Parts: sequence; structure tokens; C-alpha cells
Amino acid sequence: MTQERHSYLDEPYGLKAWLLTRDHKRIAMLYLVSITFFFMLGGLFAAGIRLELLTPKGDIWTADTYNKLFSMHGVIMVFFFLVPSIPATLGNFLMPIMCGAKDLAFPRINLLSWYLYVIGGIIALVVLAMGGIDTGWTFYTPYSSLSSNTNVTLAIVGVFVAGFSSILTGFNFIVTVHRMRAPGLTWFRLPLFVWAQYATSLVMILGTPVVAITLTLVAVERSLHLGIFDPKLGGDPVLFQHLFWFYSHPAVYIMILPGMGVVSELVAAMARKAIFGYGFVAASSLAIAILGFLVWGHHLFVSSQSVYAGMVFSIITMLVAVPSAVKTFNWAATLYKGSISWESPTFYIVGFMGLFLIGGLTGLFLATMGLDIALHDTYFVVAHFHYIMVGGAIMAFLGGLHFWWPKMTGRMYNEALAKTSAVLVFVGFNFTFFPQFILGYLGMPRRYYSYPDELQVWNVLSSAGASVLGLGYTLTFCYLVYSLFKGELAPANPWGAKGLEWTTSSPPPTFNFDTDPIVTEPAYDYKPHGTEVTVG
Amino acid sequence: MSSSFPLFPPSASSVSTEMDLLYLFIIAVCAFFTILVVALVVYFTLKYKRQHDTDVGEPIHGSIALELTWTIIPLILSLVMFGWGASLFYRLSRPPADAMDVMVVGKQWMWKIQHPEGVREINELHVPLGRNVRITLGSEDVIHDFAIPAFRVKMDAVPGKFTTLWFNATELGTFHIYCQQYCGTRHSGMMGAVVVMTPQDYEAWLAGGRSTGTAVQNGERLFADLSCITCHKADSTGRGPTLIGVYNSRVTLADGRTVVADENYLRESIMNSQAKVVQGYQPIMPVFQTQISEENLMQLVAYIKSLKPAEKKQP
Repeated sequence: MTQERHSYLDEPYGLKAWLLTRDHKRIAMLYLVSITFFFMLGGLFAAGIRLELLTPKGDIWTADTYNKLFSMHGVIMVFFFLVPSIPATLGNFLMPIMCGAKDLAFPRINLLSWYLYVIGGIIALVVLAMGGIDTGWTFYTPYSSLSSNTNVTLAIVGVFVAGFSSILTGFNFIVTVHRMRAPGLTWFRLPLFVWAQYATSLVMILGTPVVAITLTLVAVERSLHLGIFDPKLGGDPVLFQHLFWFYSHPAVYIMILPGMGVVSELVAAMARKAIFGYGFVAASSLAIAILGFLVWGHHLFVSSQSVYAGMVFSIITMLVAVPSAVKTFNWAATLYKGSISWESPTFYIVGFMGLFLIGGLTGLFLATMGLDIALHDTYFVVAHFHYIMVGGAIMAFLGGLHFWWPKMTGRMYNEALAKTSAVLVFVGFNFTFFPQFILGYLGMPRRYYSYPDELQVWNVLSSAGASVLGLGYTLTFCYLVYSLFKGELAPANPWGAKGLEWTTSSPPPTFNFDTDPIVTEPAYDYKPHGTEVTVG
Repeated sequence: MSSSFPLFPPSASSVSTEMDLLYLFIIAVCAFFTILVVALVVYFTLKYKRQHDTDVGEPIHGSIALELTWTIIPLILSLVMFGWGASLFYRLSRPPADAMDVMVVGKQWMWKIQHPEGVREINELHVPLGRNVRITLGSEDVIHDFAIPAFRVKMDAVPGKFTTLWFNATELGTFHIYCQQYCGTRHSGMMGAVVVMTPQDYEAWLAGGRSTGTAVQNGERLFADLSCITCHKADSTGRGPTLIGVYNSRVTLADGRTVVADENYLRESIMNSQAKVVQGYQPIMPVFQTQISEENLMQLVAYIKSLKPAEKKQP
């Protein structure tokens, strides 16, 4: 089959056609370009942090610059990279196709969401140009509301605006899943990626307004000196932490749930086998999304919260471990008696499983109240959430990107380089963050610009690992960009995978399918002897 | 443990061994599952490597028995962790009654420390070996966090309230104090040291220190200077309630509620006197918010706590 026909990439060219597009696939590409930019920027700040921590003394930057580096690293990576990463790129591209629809339910709102994200991002860049902020990405009061003399208010406006983009994306996904599924595509025939995105969308819609309001209250206190969080004005600083984590803990699931969805798709496709326990995996996404809203107090065990409240939050946090464990065991069981391809997406999922396991299980250390006294706000916490957000979410994102890249761009990348970079990222990541668990139990506090000499050895290891990690990401970026221009043309279904996205051409036509699909089988319905699988 | 690749901080308090055991227990459980799953994944990936381009996996869709197994076992293990952790946390949140009281105030960017005998120090805390020490924490500006990894203790210093932690040092030596809550430019400059001494050395150290009166004495002086004494008399003839024996007693408020007059109640009643007015009294007390420093407030509270009802006669 020659693909000389129309694809979404080659209808009208030109900047205007792209910037005013309502095609979910083009919007996904716009997002991909913008989040890559912010990822590089955030990575640059991380490099600055690791460089400073090579030596115990504060020597490369001033203390204020260092504080701004980790603050901007956090704000940019969380709000401008991780939250939109999988949903706005892979999600935007795949949700309508996986539902057998021509587009999302509200294409114009989808474009609006990208513009809101870009406006928020530009505001963040303006803040950066004006010197950045030094509050950490957590904006804890009363430091952020009355003590810091950086551009906190403007940064809050940026996060606030970007927050609306994520609300709109969530809203669009939910309506699409409810209203636009192809004939025959019942809820329990949906790919697990769609289930995970659906659960994520619920969190986006219910959680994001709370953080927007909370940060607005900080801005109000800064500018009008109303006593909300500052005790000198009659406020309560711990109230901020309750409100902030009511969003920001579920936000962790905004980052990792889509990654879990990606891994479910990849495991099934690379093993050519139905996901073990489909119903349990689907339900566990919803369970994580719901329980995720009830655990925020585990960030407050030592911030003067009542002991009994702490116990309630601790036990509910333990419950979150259960659906996460269920998913992991089911992925592993799916591989049993599969037909496992050794192509690059498999490398990413194996890497993901290792890193996500460590990330998830170290959460148990922090949820255990007594032990949290020793670990709270140390590098153990830093290591834990990087294992989830970088080891888990970014590894899944890269895995998904490699898996769907042929579909999205119509090009294949260099397979050997892809495997190399998966290994580099895995090794580099572990060298960067595993030593930080040890530093944490040794007591090294987060956000320290200088530290006692005896902690240097682990910090040097961590910085060395970070350079390998950086190399891995750079390599990925290079061969993917190269493939855009020189890559081999991709067939419609290079992996021999099931799923509606593999039934249409690579890249798909503007309205996704030449004939409206009708679904007659469950997801991942791999039939023996290759009766249905056609490679190429 | 001063190897070149240190894994544990010094173990120097009565809870550090139990904390380490809890840590090792969870490490063991997690290592078991990590190794199990990773080994299975790697084994399956090798064993079931695709042989022909058109191969597919076997049609296995799930197993309720397996799903229940890997739901229930993690549930039970995580509940064990919860139980042990909650019990340790509870014990660490209840200072023993015989503990000596040390006041610590965090401010950008230093720790101001005051011993019960009135000796003060900055960023350095001297404590006797083998004695329960209770730290009352306050903050003058933003949130700080007072942490001693060698003792495995930590607590936020939150502006607008008192928080506490306690420990019992079991090793002589000098250990790090860190500020564990980001507090601005010189956050990492809020590093200090706790010095554990034998009780004799500690007494000698105290005697050599410059004392400006004990906390209770200073509190008593403030009580007079701020004219608290004109209304809060020793008997109930004053315009305010007597404060003798008020600490940890139940007081009935104007709106009928009863509350326990703990340290944070006393604090609130000084700083924001209108918040909880005692039944039978007029809300005429001035608000001292912003007029009393955190350290003076701690001294006042120490004085009020020292007013025992021993000499209290029937009025």
C-alpha cells in the first residue's frame, strides 16, 4: 500500500494552518514541541543543581540562585512538562482514534487548551527573565505569601492559566469517551489507555480548581495583606498545606496514571497477548484516582497535624499501594506465555517496571508514620518522587513515544540507538537517584545548597549518574528528530499490534479513518497462528 | 559509622534502634517484591521471546484466585507497616512527664535555644546523656523544621503555634541539627549541632553559661511588666481568671464549650485573647499579637505552667 494519500501532516502546510488547527493530532504535535522545550529548560536547571551539589560547600552559584534553580526546575517540570506530558500529547493524539472517533468532542476547546498552556508557559518564561522565584514548586506559606521577595504572584498567574488548559483537556476526554465511542466499542472493550486517561481526567477536573484557588489566595495575601495563611495577620500557615496537597497529591496521579495506561498498551502489544485481568487493571485506575483524593494529609505528619488525623491519612495511603501492586502483578503476568518482541518499546517497559516498583514501594516508607519522622523532607522524598515521576512517568512517556512514533510521524527511528538510549536512561537514572535514598536516611535535607562533608560521596555519584541520564535524553532527542526527516517510512502496523490506531494509515488521515470503524471484539484480541495479525 | 560510604546516621537516641528496625523491615518486604517481579519480568522476556513475526501469545485472560492473592497479601503487609509506624509515631508524639524543657525558636536563619535554667545558645544544643528532653518549638517568621537525624526526631516549627518533640540521647558526641523545611536564602545555613554530655559535664557547662534568669523567672518578670498581674490575681478577685493551676485544666468558655488549657491554648489566649474567653469574664484583655516575641511568649507560658495550686486556698 502506498501512502501517497492525504495524511493529517500534509493537508495545508504553513504556520497559520498549524496554529489555527482543530485537528487533535496536530494539537498533540504542538504540545509535543512545547513540552519538549520546557523539559529541556527544566533539565538545564537540574544540571545546575547537580553541579552545585558536587561539592559540600556552596561554590558555583549563590544561595539565592540555587534556590531559584530548584524552584524553577520544580515549577517547570511539574506544571509545564509532567502534568501535560502524556495526556496532552499521546492522549490528544490517541484518545479519539482509540475511541474510533474523527476528533475530540470539542476541537476548538482543545486548541484553546494549548493556547492557555502556551500563555501560562510564556508567563513562566517572563518570571524567569525577571529573575525567577525562590519558593520551591510547593509555594509553602508564609514564606511564599510574605517573606519571599521574588515574582511569586506572576508565577502563580502562570500556573493558574496553565491549570485551565489541563481542566479543558480533562473535560474534552471525558465527553469524548462518553459520547463518541464507535459502534460496538463498549466500555469494557476500551483499551486500558483510555481507562487510565479517563481516570486522569477526573482528577484534572476535580483537583486543578483547588490548586488554582489556593495559589490565588497566596497572591491575594501577598498583594492585599489579607490574613489567610500568615499567623501574624490571623491566618493559618498549615491551612495552605492542606489545600495545596489536596490537589498536588492527586496531581501525582495525573502524572503516573497515564503512564500506567501506556504501559498496559505496550505490554499487550509487545507480548501480543490480552492484558491479564483487564477488569482489575481498569478498576485499579479508578481506585487510584479516587483514593488519591483522600491521602493529602500524609504530607503533613510532622507539620503539627493531629496524630489521629495522621493515622487516618496513613492507613488510606497504604490502601493506594494495593491497586498499584495489582497493576504491576498483572503486567508481569501478561508476559507469561506471551510472544515477546525485543524491540525498543519492550526495553522501556522493562525499565519502567523496575523503576516504578522502587518508586511505588518507597512510598510505603513515607506512608509509615513513625518512619516518616526520619525521612520527611529529606532526599529520600526527592528520590521517591523522582522514581515515580521520572522513572515511572517519563520512562512510560518515552516508551509510548517510541511505540506510537511511527503512527504519529509516519517514520521509523533507528532501533539500535533507541535501545541504547533506553539502557542509558535506565542506568543513568538509577545512578542519579538511588544514592539519594541513602542520603535521605542519613538525614540530608531537601533544598540544601551546602551540606556536611560526609555526604559528598553519594552526591558525587548522583551527579555523575545525572550526566549519563542527560546523555540518554539527548540521544533520544537527536535520533527522533533525525527520523522526522530521514527515517524510513512506517507501515500502518509496524508492531503487528491490535487496536484501532493500527487499522488506519501511518500517519492517519485528517479524520482518522477512511471508513468509520465498527468494533466487534474485545481489546487485545490476539488470535493464534497470525490469522488476524498482519505485519506491515 | 564513619565509613567512606555511610549508610546509616549515628544511632544516638532511645528510638534510633527501633526506627532502624522498622526501616530494615520495610526494606526487606520491598526488596522481596522488587526482586520477585523484576526476576519474573526478565525471565518471561527471555523465555517467551518472539520466534516468528506472526506469533501471538497464548489466550490467557486472568485468574480471580491470583488477583485475590496479590490484592490481599500486599494489603496485609501494608497494614502491618501502618500499625508499627503509627505506634512508633504515637509514642514519639507523647513526651514523658519527667522530661526537661528546652525552648527552641527558629528564625531566618538561626535556632535560638534556651535551657530551663536560663542559659541560652544559638545553633548549638547541649543536652545531658540519658535524660528525657522535651523541645518546645516556635517560629518567629516562616515555617522551619528542627531535625536531628542521629536521634531520628523531627518536627516543624510553625509560626503561630507551639509544637513539641522529645528524645533521650544514648550516645555521647556531637550530632547534626538541620532545618528540614525550606525557609529562604540561608536555609542550609540553619545547620547546627547537638552536643550530648554526661550529666556532670552538663551541670558544669550550665554553671559556666551566662544565665539571665530561669525561664520561669523571666516569665514572672514579664507577667508583671506587661501588667498581666493587675487582672490575673492569685485569687479570683481580679478582672481576669486566676491562672493558678490553669495549665492542663479544663476551662469552660463563654459559649459553653470546654477546652483543655494546654500550651497552645495559653498561647492563643495571650496573643489573641478574644478567641476563647473564659465563662464569667468580660472580653477586655488586650490582644498581644505582634507585641511579644516568640521567646518571651515561651517564658510567659513557662511561668503560667509553673503556677501550681499547692498554696491555693478556698477563696
